[in-house]
Amino acid sequence: MKRRPWLTVVATVAVLALVASACSNDDGGGDTGGDTGTEPADDEFGTIEVAAGEPINIGTLLVISGADAALGQDSQNGAVLAADYLDGTFDGTDGQLLGHDIQWTHEDELCSAEGGQAGATALAADPSIVAIIGTSCSSAALGVADTVTSEKGILLFSPSNTNPALTSDEAHQPFYARTAHNDRIQGAIVAEFAFNEQGATKLATIHDESPYTEGLTAAAAVNFEAAGGEITVQEQINSEDTDFKPLLRSIAEGDPDVLYAPVFVAACSLIMKQAVDIMPDVTIMGSDGCMSSDTIKNAGDAVDGVFLSSPDISVFQEGDFYSNEFIPAYQEEFGSEPTSVFHAHSFDAANVLFDAIEQVAVENDDGSLSIPRTALRDAVFATSGYEGMTGVITCTELGDCATDVTIGIFEGPNWPVEGGAKPDTPVYSDTKSLDDVL
Amino acid sequence: MADSGSERAVDARLSGFATLPWRRIILGILGATIAFVVVVGSYRTLTLPEGERFSGDFWVDQAVNGLGQGAILALIALGYTLVYGILRMINFAHGEVFMSGAFISFFFADAYQKSGLLNSRPYVALTILLVVSILASTVVAVLLERIAYRPLRNAPRLVPLITAIGAQLFIQNAFRGFFGPQPRGYPRPQILEGGIEILGIPVAKVQLLVFVTAIVSMIALQVFVNRSRTGRSMRAVAADSEIASLMGINVDRIIVITFVVGGILAGIAGLLFSLAFTQVQFTMGFRPGIAAFTAAVLGGIGSIGGAALGGFVLGLLQAVGPPLLLTGFGVPSPFSLRDAFVFLVLILVLVFRPGGLLGSGEAEKV
Repeated sequence: MKRRPWLTVVATVAVLALVASACSNDDGGGDTGGDTGTEPADDEFGTIEVAAGEPINIGTLLVISGADAALGQDSQNGAVLAADYLDGTFDGTDGQLLGHDIQWTHEDELCSAEGGQAGATALAADPSIVAIIGTSCSSAALGVADTVTSEKGILLFSPSNTNPALTSDEAHQPFYARTAHNDRIQGAIVAEFAFNEQGATKLATIHDESPYTEGLTAAAAVNFEAAGGEITVQEQINSEDTDFKPLLRSIAEGDPDVLYAPVFVAACSLIMKQAVDIMPDVTIMGSDGCMSSDTIKNAGDAVDGVFLSSPDISVFQEGDFYSNEFIPAYQEEFGSEPTSVFHAHSFDAANVLFDAIEQVAVENDDGSLSIPRTALRDAVFATSGYEGMTGVITCTELGDCATDVTIGIFEGPNWPVEGGAKPDTPVYSDTKSLDDVL
Repeated sequence: MADSGSERAVDARLSGFATLPWRRIILGILGATIAFVVVVGSYRTLTLPEGERFSGDFWVDQAVNGLGQGAILALIALGYTLVYGILRMINFAHGEVFMSGAFISFFFADAYQKSGLLNSRPYVALTILLVVSILASTVVAVLLERIAYRPLRNAPRLVPLITAIGAQLFIQNAFRGFFGPQPRGYPRPQILEGGIEILGIPVAKVQLLVFVTAIVSMIALQVFVNRSRTGRSMRAVAADSEIASLMGINVDRIIVITFVVGGILAGIAGLLFSLAFTQVQFTMGFRPGIAAFTAAVLGGIGSIGGAALGGFVLGLLQAVGPPLLLTGFGVPSPFSLRDAFVFLVLILVLVFRPGGLLGSGEAEKV
């Protein structure tokens, strides 16, 4: 049933991806050193040898086509700018790392498990890939890309996966880490806002079976119940559906105070519009997956009074570096405003990675580099107190590198996106640490 | 002699066993099980303790909503059934014919919203939108017939089926390529906002419009097929195209007209769908297309009345069935099982009535 639109996307994108990867190989300039076969016995997954004069090859595995392209392209831009900044200035020319250029190999993860599998397999098959910045969507990483890369000992460092399972005891893969916030924190702050600020005692949730939405609703529900609230119902939808009225009508029977539906733009706009008539007294909440100028265009007045949670950008907008240097460089280089918030997380991820490479790479006498894979992973996981653009970065042993996260709640139409009303500051904002939340 | 006698006795016993009406016994057991599930499920749902039980208003709202959804499905289902009746092929790209009308009319609706015409002259604007939607769907349907189906008319039956799927992917991607993948909000004129009460039942105005327009279109189609000369030719071609052509009927022309009629109905459905759900996207034709095809099969493919009935039955089943039958058994979030439920019903209908609700009673190999 769901397969056919997929085929459409996959077929188109496969061609685009071929073209894109061909281009990215071109500007790197031919053969990339690669594996010379001299692997020291002390690293289980071997060592990447970068010959003198050859670039260090870093993969990206982000969603760069289709409906969610804005999300992945934004992260890709953040990583590329980190290479630009290696020489200490944003000047449009990349700096060098230990005397080597950075070469990017971009793959598309299509915001799906299939795409994540294909892209990760393609990158993992290239022995010169040092590490991968990705993925954008949790669905592309969870049990797919994180497993493929961990089996090969390649670090997968995500700037935008937020699903709690990825860094949970049970599911965490040894070579997976992320600079994006864990949705256990976002879910907890949503629950806190609904319970304390809105005075809600009854909460209903809707997810669309994707890991991102499921993780958020589960986290919000657990924290809401722990605070003393009641969960009337936890529903799930098919994100391609258009008629949510029967479902909303049945949710209304439970008489909730707040409906939390952190689904993506298309379904989220429809739910907002259809809920206006069916449950006018219920407060609708969502999350960053819905925070888009498209939502405002589609849902019109229905966004009024809808609360969306999102990483509070105003925290890092206060940093002079972000607003005075990074954003102008972004606009200069890519000709547009950032289209998502995760460019900053991606910039941080790339920089943490560069630092780790500098720490563990062995500079040989002939000018070549030897980068042991396990040591590189250990160096990233040992990151502590790094002053990043999104805040202080300290990685846990389960790969969560954003341990203290500030989440803002924005009331529609005052959302911090194109088309939103001013002021676009959050009506509520809180910082929580991973240890504080359930 | 004795040997052959006992052999015959064994034969008789065996054949007695084999000629037991197994098919009827299995059907009987299946039917009893279904009756049990329906009766017990509904009973338990309706007698849930106070507080957990759904209110009476709930069922009324669901039924009204289901009928509105069913009216749109019925209009699309008619397109499947007409083409099937004439060509004995499933036009899988019909969902995209529907999408084309909705999508193209969006650009006009958006412009009228910005210029204010949509609210200052709503009837004029809606009429233009209807014409645009019908035109777009019809053009796509006719091109489809001309380019994708006509050259393959005498090919084996599987060939046009595959072409239809190819055409579906092509149209979807063409719209994605031209207009982008993001969903777009379809403006709705103020006069269609809010609701009215009919016999004490609250009905959204837009649902009333959907329902009335769909019924009028179906009556018009019925009159056209039964009373007009062209309609009679269509029925003749559906009965036997070779004989019809010997009788002087231009079969090619009738087939084009069939696609035109299907396109017109899909265009009407496209506009109604856009007004009801106020969002268009390049993938929007897929799920309604599959649902409408299901409705056509449920009602009896090839039968016009069957497609209409199938649409309404399916719409009602989708809205009322899952909560009514599943809640009583304690199934969590019954609406997520909506598709599974609907297809189960389809399979059961086909088991008992292979030709569909209003079909000939014979199995059609599709």
